[in-house]
Amino acid sequence: MSLLEVKDLRVAFRQDGQLIEAVRGVSFDVNKGETVAIVGESGSGKSVSALSTVSLLGDNAVTSGSVTFEGKQMVGASDDLLREVRGNDISFIFQEPMTSLNPLHTIEKQMAESLALHQGLSGDKARERILYLLDRVGIRDAESRLGAYPHQLSGGQRQRVMIAMALANKPLLLVADEPTTALDVTIQAQILELLAELKADEGMGLLFITHDLSIVRRIADRVFVMKNGEVVESGPTEALFADPQHPYTRMLLAAEATGSPLPVPEGTEELVATDNLRVWFPIQRGLFRKTVGHVKAVNEASIHVRAGETLGIVGESGSGKTTLALAVMRLISSEGRITFDGQDVRGWSTQDLRRARADMQIVFQDPFGSLSPRMTAEQIIAEGLTVHKIASDRPRRELVAEVMVEVGLDPATMDRYPHEFSGGQRQRIAIARAMILRPKLVVLDEPTSALDMTVQVQIVELLRNLQQKYGLAYLFISHDLKVVRAMSHRVMVMKQGDIVESGSAEAIFDAPREPYTQQLLAAALAR
Amino acid sequence: MAQPHTPLTDEKLQPQPMGYDAPPPEAPKPKRQRLSPLNQRRWRNFRRNGRAFWSLIVFSILFGLSLFAEFIANDKPILVNYRGDFYMPIFRFYPETAFGGDFQTEAIYTDPEVQCLIATGGLDTCFDDPEGVIVDAAADGIVDGEELETGWSIWPIIPYSFNTPVDRAGAAPLPPNRQNWLGTDDRKRDVLARVIYGFRLSIMFTIIVTLFASIVGIVAGAVQGFFGGWLDLTFQRVIEIWQGIPMLYIIIILFAILGRSFWLLVFLMILFGWPALVGVVRAEFLRARNLEYVRAARALGVSNWTIMFRHMLPNAMVATLTMLPFIVTGTIGSLATLDFLGYGLPSSAPSLGEMTLQAKQNLQAPWLGFTAFFTFAIMLSLLVFIFEGVRDAFDPRKTFQ
Repeated sequence: MSLLEVKDLRVAFRQDGQLIEAVRGVSFDVNKGETVAIVGESGSGKSVSALSTVSLLGDNAVTSGSVTFEGKQMVGASDDLLREVRGNDISFIFQEPMTSLNPLHTIEKQMAESLALHQGLSGDKARERILYLLDRVGIRDAESRLGAYPHQLSGGQRQRVMIAMALANKPLLLVADEPTTALDVTIQAQILELLAELKADEGMGLLFITHDLSIVRRIADRVFVMKNGEVVESGPTEALFADPQHPYTRMLLAAEATGSPLPVPEGTEELVATDNLRVWFPIQRGLFRKTVGHVKAVNEASIHVRAGETLGIVGESGSGKTTLALAVMRLISSEGRITFDGQDVRGWSTQDLRRARADMQIVFQDPFGSLSPRMTAEQIIAEGLTVHKIASDRPRRELVAEVMVEVGLDPATMDRYPHEFSGGQRQRIAIARAMILRPKLVVLDEPTSALDMTVQVQIVELLRNLQQKYGLAYLFISHDLKVVRAMSHRVMVMKQGDIVESGSAEAIFDAPREPYTQQLLAAALAR
Repeated sequence: MAQPHTPLTDEKLQPQPMGYDAPPPEAPKPKRQRLSPLNQRRWRNFRRNGRAFWSLIVFSILFGLSLFAEFIANDKPILVNYRGDFYMPIFRFYPETAFGGDFQTEAIYTDPEVQCLIATGGLDTCFDDPEGVIVDAAADGIVDGEELETGWSIWPIIPYSFNTPVDRAGAAPLPPNRQNWLGTDDRKRDVLARVIYGFRLSIMFTIIVTLFASIVGIVAGAVQGFFGGWLDLTFQRVIEIWQGIPMLYIIIILFAILGRSFWLLVFLMILFGWPALVGVVRAEFLRARNLEYVRAARALGVSNWTIMFRHMLPNAMVATLTMLPFIVTGTIGSLATLDFLGYGLPSSAPSLGEMTLQAKQNLQAPWLGFTAFFTFAIMLSLLVFIFEGVRDAFDPRKTFQ
């Protein structure tokens, strides 16, 4: 008998008096000691399916079908039964470890709560078990970590604590909802290893939800592919990867940014250069705010970008790659010479700088956050025109329509608000906003990270086309090495504010010299 | 080289190669700015909240009617027909001589002699026996064998304004009867007329004060939140000191020096009311100034003021709106309190607080107390229900079935 068996599960959400179906007739099962992965793009209903197994959805969800856990029916079960199962027999790990942990409680207190609730452990016994668990998930020197608050731990450590909490009550089934998406690649690999190891030791079932196929291949025994609330294909991992049947699965498997940009012609002018750029944030202490030290966000960075060239900046979170780009754009202050288009930027007044903003643009990571939710697409895209008073004999709306077509948007949608667009379309709006001013330099700060794989591919394609046509220089920041490889002429690897290695894309990817680069590449491109 | 990839699924259109010389694409005609979908959803949610929606309708009717208080309760006729000519005393000044009287002062339309003059077309006998002549004239239009140019006048439903002394026998306050539906106060003024004018005054007062206090508060909060740092720190201390000033004393002192007036009270309430919104707006701006769309606007070279009021303020408005009901009801309460204590509007003004004070002083006249209580209860309840509905409609997580 399966541990968890889901049959013909349907979930709909009530919104404004209408029922919107999110999951339509999904069936899957998880056996003891087995890892089952549910794969799909955002909005495919994979998280909703998993959450509905123990009725963790909001009040506006309507669930029907059958979910049995160890033979017990969970759909329409009493609150008492659900509470007993939740956190005890079925545990959850979520994507964002920062928001899943209460910021005001210490690690010990958070873990003790669940132990007291389900096992009645307290005092020394609870402490002993917590130490064992923390040790189990690979937190070194666990005793000293007990009094730590979530913000004092790194992202990887937080996710380990989350896993320890999930394991606290020896669950039979662990549901991991995108547990590694928010983590850096090297840590991602460690967490996956840990999960596989724990599963084998404890003999529990693991339901793994992700959009990342390379993870699935590494960890899962069986795979269910979801699209628009339906399972389109399922089977053992090896078989499915070797011979995908459904066209959607094939498309997912093929969705990977590939290729490389066209080489930059010889003798192209250098557009941006920095000379030992430094961004240090002072640490001030005491009554008189005396500077006692510095947070060295960026150290001695020298970069050179020619027109039509892409410089890829890679590194883990906190390595200073975004800070460097913001400093180059003069959005934060820095030390060291910056030349833009042959002029020294440092001498510029606020007015000069504001004028120069037309030539340097930025596209942010999160297309949901970077568009003001109360302005229409037309207003957002056209704003630059008004700010820089670009005189044109053509009406503003026509220019907007032109640039929308250029980035692959339907001009008829220009009066809509951001929330009416999909993630990929929003990123196109953000790109259109940057492109309408015909800039020379565009900073791309993780422009594809928040997007699904298939959309990533399209955005990469679009960015490459625009670069070719207008000879744009890109500063491309990403932790996703595959995308960087597809975009960049030259690559720079950063670690804790220092530039570890830089060179042409081929050199870095094919023959990395520094151990850190090698480690990074191994973790990211492992298959 | 770009390699071929799988077909598009997410997007409708492929990027099309296009240079400056390609024919420009069709821009859709700008739509008339209707409600944005978000506001449509809010309006739907508000409509579904029956209590709030009906409160809004009832309140709109009451306020709408009170705006035309002069046509409902007034001591002048709306329209007078005198010798075939039409007069509108509500809007214009007419001396008594216009109707054949003796005085250059404004005609007292409640006076039987003036009423007689209008009815008979200015007959001299009106000065001797106005009531008799009116009855005589109304019967057949002939008085003393003479044919008259009879006139008429249309009166408001309540023939008293808020300051008209009622001509009724007995000691004030007088109980309700057919002449005064809610009785009179201790200066023989019609209570219903005073309620109608008082309601309007309260609402207008709170609208003006809330509007200007909000504008000042939002601008101050926005500046503090957006720039932060020393400016914020200093400004916060200034506000703390400002809020420590006892408003009541200032009002008493300034009223003593400058005399009581509506506009002075409005000014003082704004002066001490604006910090209420600063906290909320400041917090919203402190949060929003690090969001990516603000950074994106800054990278575009947008000026600080444009960022503040075009990008950030619309997103901070929800928190501001949830705060507004407290200011509105608070302002009505403050006005009533000041009037009750005797430090508010001039005593002739139609004030609900003053009526409450009279109710306290005349416990033998319960109609005063009941009227004041029900007026306040209904007015404040309606406002609270409406704003409760507004707040719920703005809550993105709330679902209505």
